[in-house]
Amino acid sequence: MKDAVETPLNEAEFHINDYIRLEQMPHFLCPGCGHGIALRALLWAVHELGIDKDKLAIVSGIGCSGRLSAYIDANTFHTTHGRPLAYATGLALARPDLHVIVITGDGDSLAIGGNHLIHACRRNLNLTCMMLNNEIYGMTGGQVSPTTSPDRYTTTTPAGNTEPVFDACALATAAGAGFVGREVTMQVTGLKNLMRDAIQHDGFSFVEVISDCTEIYGRKNDLGNSPEMILSQKSQMRPDAYRNTVDVPFRPNALTCGVLTKTDRPEYGKAYRDMTARLRGEGK
Amino acid sequence: MNAPVRNTNVQLMNGNHAVAWGVRLLSPDVAPLYPITPQTPILEKLIDFQSQDVLSTRLLTPESEHSAMAGAIAASATGARVFTATSSQGLLLMHELLHYAAGARLPIVMFNVNRTPAAPWGFWPDQIDSLSQRDTGWIQLYTETPQESLDTTIQAFRIAEACEMPVMVNHDAFYVSHAVEPVEIPDQEMVQNFAKKPDRSLWLETGSIRSIGTPIGQAGWNETRREMDVAMQRVVGLTEEAGRVWGEQTGRHYGPLDFYRTDDAEVVFVTMGSMAGTAREAVDTLRRNGVAAGLIRVRLFRPLPISGLRAALAKIPTAIVLDRNYSPGLGGVLHQELKAELYGMENAPRMHGMLAGVGGVNVPPETLEKLVIDYKDAEQSQSPIWVD
Repeated sequence: MKDAVETPLNEAEFHINDYIRLEQMPHFLCPGCGHGIALRALLWAVHELGIDKDKLAIVSGIGCSGRLSAYIDANTFHTTHGRPLAYATGLALARPDLHVIVITGDGDSLAIGGNHLIHACRRNLNLTCMMLNNEIYGMTGGQVSPTTSPDRYTTTTPAGNTEPVFDACALATAAGAGFVGREVTMQVTGLKNLMRDAIQHDGFSFVEVISDCTEIYGRKNDLGNSPEMILSQKSQMRPDAYRNTVDVPFRPNALTCGVLTKTDRPEYGKAYRDMTARLRGEGK
Repeated sequence: MNAPVRNTNVQLMNGNHAVAWGVRLLSPDVAPLYPITPQTPILEKLIDFQSQDVLSTRLLTPESEHSAMAGAIAASATGARVFTATSSQGLLLMHELLHYAAGARLPIVMFNVNRTPAAPWGFWPDQIDSLSQRDTGWIQLYTETPQESLDTTIQAFRIAEACEMPVMVNHDAFYVSHAVEPVEIPDQEMVQNFAKKPDRSLWLETGSIRSIGTPIGQAGWNETRREMDVAMQRVVGLTEEAGRVWGEQTGRHYGPLDFYRTDDAEVVFVTMGSMAGTAREAVDTLRRNGVAAGLIRVRLFRPLPISGLRAALAKIPTAIVLDRNYSPGLGGVLHQELKAELYGMENAPRMHGMLAGVGGVNVPPETLEKLVIDYKDAEQSQSPIWVD
């Protein structure tokens, strides 16, 4: 595992305009959406690590989260619904010199693409996955997702949600991810630091960002305006719906946040390259 | 005596809500659905109906379109009447299971909203999503208006269940799916008598030992395709019959082909879906200017009504085929199909394949009028022509 201390952080002041495509503005996110905060935290982490934008590859899927790749001034790949981790796997294997970061959502990576998530965790290829959890399919107008809290109203649960929810961090940990963390968008610095640690981790890292969908989900469930939703994220994301497998100190009466899992497992890309080198050596 | 009683229940609604109304009137047993633009209003309207307790269908919202079709297959295999809806990427994700559903002879009805596939991403009307599924064994119908989408959704169940083949009904993204028009809602009792649920054998029944999808020898597999061939040969007749009976009940007559001012035509447009609306406008203008133009709208694409097309086109010197789709290396799919079906026919029209509106670009009537002027007397085009 890389030692974070060995890499001095870039101390230059962070200007988000250096990292986004201004020609893509205005963005399509709704007023109050938490995804913009997550995007800023991610780019801030990239800045602090001093990552060359030419060595940064952002892979996204479908949904509101999927649109973020279009706004980042780097190598970006807007892929199909649920599959960004599958695309990113090919990318990271072919180009181990790149920092490959996947931006996905709860519908994208836990529903239609759930299979890819568990295998990315198991394989432990050097990738970072940032999952924006807003509890809803926002882009198609607000249908139930695998993280929609119990009893919440969506267009497909007009009488309240009765399906159990996924705890994405518990899932990623159980599937073998070496680095798992969670943060709320209110803690921008904390989220930036978490993303920085995740990117530095040698292996598959998974970060769940508790985001807010104010316009559709918040409105339909009377969760207040955006600041109110963000302030209440820690308690109103129904932490009782999540069963955390990793017990670490966290804010009382709130979701478990911060680094939840950190293990040192062999990184798959290196293991693969070592194997091919060994076979070539033996063949001579 | 009394005049025929016409239903006066006319409401303004978009094409997708019209589909949901068709489903509501028939209330199939099960409908697994996954959201995707621009299909989602069908799903949401059905859930709205269910929450009002006016739809008895069991709605499932699984984790992907692939799972939605898997659920549809299994539900249909129990003898249940099943509906689903999707679009573009969702349909493409289902591809594996489309073959399965047809091979298992399950009369599922699916509504597909025609939309461009990625890459690059787009949300525009284009029929290549469903046309690229043409070899899966699904019957394919294309509609032009919200009213026709409602009517055809109901007719699709009757056709599917009569020949035990799945049916895919298609309408264009936005031009039909989101365009609001007056739609007459038929009488529910009439609808339920029109498409009576057949007493299909319950395939998944614990009382009898049956298995679906078991590995089979070459000859057995070959036989399943021969049986599908026999079923498919009935579809043109079943579509005619369903459209005729529906017309008797509602005054709205349908067939595998829709003819507009073709009787003495010297040049016709041949197209599918909402492009026909634009072509009608062009035909009217051309007629006013002394050009004998007409329109043949292909409503049943799979199987193609070959004898009907041959009979109609034998009398017409020039056919301009308008394809809102592009098969790379081939051209417009409808154009290529027509060339194959008319091969060797005496007095076949000179055909010109136009790639018109690919990716949803707007094609105004004036553009179509100019195509007629430019091509009605021209030699047959060898290559597809991109329309600006």
